Amino acid sequence: MSDPVTIVETPIRLDYSYTPGVAASRFLRSVEKGEIVGQRCPKCQKVYVPPRGACSMCGVATDEELTLTGKGTVTTFCVTNVPSPGLDPPYVTAWIRLDGADITSMFLVQECDPSEVRLGMRVEPVWVDAADRKPNIGSIQYYRPSGEPDAPYDDYKDYI
Amino acid sequence: MARDVAIVSWASFETPSEPARNEVEILLPVIQEALGMAGLTQQDIGFTVSGSSDYLQGFPFAFVGALDAVGAWPPIRESHVEMDGAFALYEAVNVLRHGDLETALVYAFARPSRGELDRTLALQLDPYYVAPLWPDARSLAGLQAQALRDTGIDVPEVPATYVADGAVAVVLAVGDKARSITDTPVWIRGIDHRIEPPSLGVRDLTTSPSTRTAAQTAGATDVDAAFLHAPFPHQELILRASLGLDAQPVNAAAGPVMVGGLERFAAAAAALSAGDARRAVAHATAGPCLQQNLVALLEAAA
Repeated sequence: MSDPVTIVETPIRLDYSYTPGVAASRFLRSVEKGEIVGQRCPKCQKVYVPPRGACSMCGVATDEELTLTGKGTVTTFCVTNVPSPGLDPPYVTAWIRLDGADITSMFLVQECDPSEVRLGMRVEPVWVDAADRKPNIGSIQYYRPSGEPDAPYDDYKDYI
Repeated sequence: MARDVAIVSWASFETPSEPARNEVEILLPVIQEALGMAGLTQQDIGFTVSGSSDYLQGFPFAFVGALDAVGAWPPIRESHVEMDGAFALYEAVNVLRHGDLETALVYAFARPSRGELDRTLALQLDPYYVAPLWPDARSLAGLQAQALRDTGIDVPEVPATYVADGAVAVVLAVGDKARSITDTPVWIRGIDHRIEPPSLGVRDLTTSPSTRTAAQTAGATDVDAAFLHAPFPHQELILRASLGLDAQPVNAAAGPVMVGGLERFAAAAAALSAGDARRAVAHATAGPCLQQNLVALLEAAA
């Protein structure tokens, strides 16, 4: 009797062109220019960054656009002690509520010791050099402490 | 006693290739138009169900992202089928027949212009012995067309696989709720779907027993109009024969993948509510060579 076949390899590959959409394209063009734009829901007034063109809670189009300062507040974070490609441990990944935004965004926090990172810490973006920026989120290298006093708990308690 | 379910509103959008908007941005105005036609908001909808394929978008759980176009807060009752939206409508009809909900929103969307539809559709085939050969959808349709031609009848040429982007939304309501929404509800009197064996080699590709059986169960006889989902032109001939259609006006279309079947329901509802027909058959298909077929009997308000 012949040996049973235990593995069949059938490689699969499909190619796609990704279309971010109208709203996300405006966001990606803004980061290319060193800015961060969001959109406000006309119904619940929440500000989405990056904008997706619709408020996922209200199901309406978000067409009012606004430019944020880019600064934000650490709402929660994680210290990673295993290596990742291009990242030496320990490194910090944080959810950051950008000033004026109603959802949090994930960024690296660098230029400080991981033990200094804390909830409420104020941070600012470190951009890629203008000539090297592209319409993708990698145009923001990471966030770093801004030196401002910590944000009051009420500013981020709903985002922890 | 099952409750009567009617189509009360609809909207659709189709374009050869949508250049800028993403799936949510395509869907949002279509859903808003359908809800607006019924005078409803998402808060009035008892059950929401969609039909789409994540393989077309190229990332997992893409259908969950599409809920941004609905507004799923406070949390809604929601479901999804990885099929044409007509099969989502089938689920909605059965949910409404259960008796504790009054309205349903059914939608479908697809943007195949951004991918390789002929190759993507190959992934719905047998994953070990057929899909690795990457038979494109047009070639499989060609096998069917040739088999039909070999029976001695005139068969149209098989064109390139129809690629278009689009979305469609249909609102359903039961009994008096439907009558309160519109003076011309389009009642779904019967609906059924059936499947052929998955191996193309064991099927007689020139007939569609699944369509015939589904039509019998749905009671789709003596109709005065037909709205058929035919991704390839020769399939209209097979469907006409399986449904026993004769001189009735037949409105056949391909429509965007995942969207075209539910769009047939929207087209049928539009015709019936406008008084262009009284009793119509609506059909949707999925899979290669008419593998799965859904048939419904629709009637204008009596």
